[in-house]
Amino acid sequence: MVMGDLVDEVDVAVLGGGPGGYSAAFRCAELGLEAVVIDAAQRLGGACLFEGCIPSKALLHVAAVLSEAERAKELGVDFGEPRISLDPLRKWKQERVVGKLARGLTGVAKTKGVEVIGGRGVFEDSSTLRIEAGETLRKVRFKHAIVATGSRPSGLPGVGARSERIMDSTAALELPDIPERLLVIGGGYIGLEMGTVYATLGSRVTLVEMTDGLLPGVDRDLVQPLQRRVDKLFAAIHLKTRVTGLREAGAGIEAELEGHGAQRFDRVLVAVGRQAQSDGIGLEATRVRLTERGRFVRVDDRGRTDDPRIYAVGDVTGEPMLAHRAMRQGKVAAEVLAGRPAAFDNVAIPAVVFTDPEIAWCGLSEAQAKDQGLAVKIAKFQWAASGRAATLGRSDGLTKLVADAASGRVLGVGVVGPGAGELIAEATLAVETAALVEDVAATIHAHPTLSESLMEAAEHLLG
Amino acid sequence: MSRTFSLPDLGEGLTEAEIVAVLVREGDVIREDAPLLEVETDKAQVEIPSPIGGRVEKVHVTPGQTVKVGAPLVTFGEGSAGAPSAPARAAAAAPAAAPARAAAPAAAAPPQAPDRPAGPVAATPATRRLARELGVDLKAVRGSGPGGRVLDADVRAAAGGSRAPAPAAGTATRPAPAGPAKPLASVGLEAPPLPRFEQWGPVERAPLSHLRRTIAERMTLSATLIPHVTHFDRADITDLDAVITRNLEAARAKGVTLTLTAFLLKAAALALLRHPTFNASLDPAAGELILKRYCNLGVAVATERGLIVPVLREIDRKPVLEIARELGALAQRAREGKATLDDLRGGTFTVTNIGALGGTAAIPIINYPEVAILGVARGRLEPVVRQGQIVPRLLLPLTLTFDHRVADGVDGARFAAEIVQLLEAPERLLWEW
Repeated sequence: MVMGDLVDEVDVAVLGGGPGGYSAAFRCAELGLEAVVIDAAQRLGGACLFEGCIPSKALLHVAAVLSEAERAKELGVDFGEPRISLDPLRKWKQERVVGKLARGLTGVAKTKGVEVIGGRGVFEDSSTLRIEAGETLRKVRFKHAIVATGSRPSGLPGVGARSERIMDSTAALELPDIPERLLVIGGGYIGLEMGTVYATLGSRVTLVEMTDGLLPGVDRDLVQPLQRRVDKLFAAIHLKTRVTGLREAGAGIEAELEGHGAQRFDRVLVAVGRQAQSDGIGLEATRVRLTERGRFVRVDDRGRTDDPRIYAVGDVTGEPMLAHRAMRQGKVAAEVLAGRPAAFDNVAIPAVVFTDPEIAWCGLSEAQAKDQGLAVKIAKFQWAASGRAATLGRSDGLTKLVADAASGRVLGVGVVGPGAGELIAEATLAVETAALVEDVAATIHAHPTLSESLMEAAEHLLG
Repeated sequence: MSRTFSLPDLGEGLTEAEIVAVLVREGDVIREDAPLLEVETDKAQVEIPSPIGGRVEKVHVTPGQTVKVGAPLVTFGEGSAGAPSAPARAAAAAPAAAPARAAAPAAAAPPQAPDRPAGPVAATPATRRLARELGVDLKAVRGSGPGGRVLDADVRAAAGGSRAPAPAAGTATRPAPAGPAKPLASVGLEAPPLPRFEQWGPVERAPLSHLRRTIAERMTLSATLIPHVTHFDRADITDLDAVITRNLEAARAKGVTLTLTAFLLKAAALALLRHPTFNASLDPAAGELILKRYCNLGVAVATERGLIVPVLREIDRKPVLEIARELGALAQRAREGKATLDDLRGGTFTVTNIGALGGTAAIPIINYPEVAILGVARGRLEPVVRQGQIVPRLLLPLTLTFDHRVADGVDGARFAAEIVQLLEAPERLLWEW
């Protein structure tokens, strides 16, 4: 038999093993559809597990431990100066965290009978995927395919230089060393999270952001406590600043910062966003259409593309590029394929910036409500009045609640403070289930916890 | 505060509509979704339901008037509200289901309940799933839960709510019946709910186009209301075909394409003069047969968007050449979507020729509220026995479908035979008009 004649037939071929892809495949299997995942690295987890959410949170945990130890001095406990050993740290992140989770996913796939095929999957037509893995070629014929190829870091246009000292987020997470001077380009969540990691580990971090504020699009009062914190943590923050040139200079990088002249850094992290990976997978051989802006795969709320056999989920379908959105979309696509009345009609997609303090929000923001001229009521609860925040020595938080003025329905919540990423879960449930401010206020919240802040904000709105 | 309701966007790029009937009078107190007006566009006749309930203060339009999108139609007086009062609401059964109803979807969408809060539909994910399962558009459901939240019960009510088919629609414009006639019983059929097809495999829901919906409504109306009976016959058109062939060039010199359909129309018109029962409409409310003293024939034309039936006027008084000329121009306008309102109205009988697509016979459905329709399939050379000899003759299959309330089988047979005789003796078509 000639190589390439090997053709498998499946109900659902999932292209990409990230959170969107494996969620879709697992759900398909649960609903009785035979599903395979085609992943270039023949592993489940994708960017989230191997070069995104998980390793960055592992490193941020290390940063948090260091910050807490530092802060403990104020409480009369001195651990002395920390000594950081990168090898055990990298090993812990790679094996105990990422490796463990990856093995877990592999086990789940086995239990559910989802085969993971290694190789680069390329559509030959609307019912065939060609899988290239080195010398071998394999084909999968599918009844339906789910495109879940995700996104990759965007490059910085126009600054040319290629150097291992110029890192994207994936490279930065490898923690090659702790550079003395690190330039972070981009004041979004990736730049702030990785900047925090490196600054806490000892780098002098300079952050440049093109717009006039950190975390563009997030309500300013939520950003402010973080801004105060990173102002102290980072060596410099330059807003409204472009990087016009990067070039290798000796054992470092010389960066041309508009308005701030040329500066030398040991490493540079480019964190200017992510772009859809809709290219190189043969979509042009199908009826799938891409959006003009962003080259995202165009889908409807069922995950259907313009090609009736092909669905798509996750980052490749658009913003916000978040793993939990992809997972929900993956489950929806699988259920639709199984004939269930599912739809990705979620009202609230929580977003969390895992800095210190954390910032999290869901639903309608105060700024959006203003822009859209909606009649809303807004309550803000300052954590200075929270018992739990006081015991943590962290009174710099804020919980904000946006509600419809007429009905009292909770439309959005924003939180800044330690643990905001966990607190947003209750808020998301409230928005998603169309809870009223009164529902939140009348629900007993454990005392003393930070979660009381949402109840307090709700009570404040009721008056 | 008084509120004015303007002609909503009717979709499909339509910019104006003709008012066919005003179904309310000034001073009337009507409920939300009650029939307000009937308008006709060049695509279809639609009924516009009232977006709000209240007292009609002023009617700005009169039947026959053409109005542009955005022109004021009706002004409602003080105290009019999107949310009807409790008893009115109960009576309205399921106002929420109304926009899902067929009549004028584009028309029903813009006048949303003005008191609905901003933001996404207030419903839990489980309720939203139920709505998809039952095919209910949540945006159209008024929530009875706290803060206007749509509850499972609201969705179920919207899905199962009866849709009173607005029997009042015509009463405002119809004259009182003269004499001792009595109305016939209404049909009153409701389609049972569909099964959940999703349980057997993926499905897709595609909204019907404006024209498709109109066709669906008309056909349902006709097939439901009219007891159809179909009579089959065949006409030997060997001679007629020869006439057409011989005169093709001569007609072309006059800029006309001579077609079989033109002769069919002429034959049907002449037959209708002798069988006026088939050139009529039944008025069940009055218990009368309305015989028409004019003979305007509709011709079914397949367009890219669907079937439409433009009408040729006074066929009985026109020579075949003129009919052929008008038919060519009319069919072209229809295919280009340029047919005018007048092109589509006032038919008394319809001819549908599916011969171009082959087939041996088709049973057409009557173009309501006409009484009959003539279907023609492809003419074929067939062996026919004549004076003991088998000779090849060109035979044209005809099907006459007619309203059995109005005519009986024997009437249909006679009428069809008349058409056959006229087609078989084409010279009569020339001198009988």
